[in-house]
Amino acid sequence: MSGFFDIPSDLQHSWSGLIGLHMREALLPVAAGLLLALPLAQLCGRFRWLYPPVLGVTTVLYAIPSLAFFVVLIDYTGQTELTVMIPLALYSLVVLVPAIVDGVRSVPDETLAAATAMGFGPVRRYLQVQLPIAAPAIIAGLRVATASSISLVSVGALIGNQGALGNLLAAAQKYDRPELAVNAVLTMAVLAVLCDALLVLLRILVTPWMPRGTRPKPAARPAQTTPEGAVR
Amino acid sequence: MNVLNFVNAFFSDAANWQGYDGIPQRFWEHVQYSALALAVAAAIGLPVGLLTGHTGRGGNALAFIANAARALPSFGLLVLAVLLIGFGLLPVMIPLVVLAVPPVLVTTYEAVRSVDPAPVDAARGMGMHESRILFQVEVPVALPLILSGLRSAAIQIVSTATIAAYVSLGGLGRYIIDGLYQRDYEKVVGGATLVAVLALATLALFWAAGRLAVSPGVRRR
Repeated sequence: MSGFFDIPSDLQHSWSGLIGLHMREALLPVAAGLLLALPLAQLCGRFRWLYPPVLGVTTVLYAIPSLAFFVVLIDYTGQTELTVMIPLALYSLVVLVPAIVDGVRSVPDETLAAATAMGFGPVRRYLQVQLPIAAPAIIAGLRVATASSISLVSVGALIGNQGALGNLLAAAQKYDRPELAVNAVLTMAVLAVLCDALLVLLRILVTPWMPRGTRPKPAARPAQTTPEGAVR
Repeated sequence: MNVLNFVNAFFSDAANWQGYDGIPQRFWEHVQYSALALAVAAAIGLPVGLLTGHTGRGGNALAFIANAARALPSFGLLVLAVLLIGFGLLPVMIPLVVLAVPPVLVTTYEAVRSVDPAPVDAARGMGMHESRILFQVEVPVALPLILSGLRSAAIQIVSTATIAAYVSLGGLGRYIIDGLYQRDYEKVVGGATLVAVLALATLALFWAAGRLAVSPGVRRR
C-alpha cells in the first residue's frame, strides 16, 4: 500500500484538506435542510392538507439523480461548491420533513394541554415542549440525511473536481491507482460513522430522560408488552 | 422557463425515440438494472429482517450493519468495484445492492417487531407453528411497513442506477453522462426527467401493490 496518502498534486489539497472540504460540502447542506424543514414541517402540522403534496414534491426532488441536478445547476451557479450543496440540501428534506412532522405529532395531547395550562405561548410551547420531545425522531432523520449527504458529495467529482474526497476516485481511475479509491471509500465511511456517533451522543445529551441506548423505541417496548406471568 | 424548454426539445426530437440509444431501449435497460438490484436486495434483506424481527434477537447488530452499509458511498464503491473487477454488470450491482439492503432490512425488522403482540400470542396459544405465526399473522399485519421499506429502496435504486452509465453500461444515466460530456443540457434534463418519471411510476406501482396485497382490515387502521 505504498502511496496510500500520496494525493496527486492536481487535486490541490492534502488528505486532511480534502476531509475538511468534504465535511463542509456534506454538513452545510444538512444544516440548511434542517433550517428549511423546521418551518415547513410546522406548516404541515398546522395545515394537514399541505402534508401529502409536500411529501410528493420532496420525493420527486429526491428522485432526480444527483449528477443531473449538478449539471443543470452549473448553468446558474457555475462549477462551484454551491452547485453540489443545493441538491444535497433539497435531498435531505425528504428524510427530515417526515421525521419532524411525525416527531411533533407524537407529542401527547395531554402534554400540550398541560403546557398551555402552565401559560406557555405557542412559540415557547414549540421550542420548550414539542421540539425536545420530537428530538429523537429529528435526530434519527438527521442521521440518515448526514450519511447519504457524505456519500453523495463524491458524485461532485464528475462535474470538475467539486467532489472533495470523491476527486480521489477520479484520480484513482486517471492514474490507475486503486489504493486511492480504497482510501476515498474508507475515509468517507469512517467520516459517516463518526458523524453518526456524534449525532447519537447529541441525542443522549439533549434527551437525558430517555433510556440509554442507540434505539429508543424497541428498547422501551418489551417492558410494556411482555404479558404478565409470561414464561421467560 | 429554461429547463422546461430543454425538456420539450428533448422529447419532441424524433431521433430520441428509436434505436439502441432511443428512450424505449434506455428506459427498459434502466428498469432491468433497478429490478435486478431490488430483487437481490430483497432476497438478502427480507428473510434476515423477518427472522430477526420474529425472534426479536440481533436488532442492535442489524442496526450496526445497516448504518455501516449506509456509510459506504455508492459512487466510491462503483469506482472501486470497476478498478478491482473490471467493467460489467456486477460492479454496478454491488453499490446498488449495498444501497438498498439497509432500508429493506431495517424496515422489515421494525415492521415485524411492532406487530401488536396480542394476536401473535393468540395464534401461539391456538397452537400455530412458528413459521405459520410469522407468515399468516405477523407478515400480513406488517405488510404496509415492509412495502414502504421496499418502496424507499426502489426509489433510491432507480435514482442511483444512473451511475451504470458512468462505467459504460446503458440505462437512463446514458443521457445524463453523455449530455454532460457533450455539453448537451437538453439530453441531461431529458434524462433526469425520465428518471423522475420512472421514480413516480415506482411509487404508483407500490401504491397499487399495497391496495392489492394489504388486507382491508389492516389498511383501515
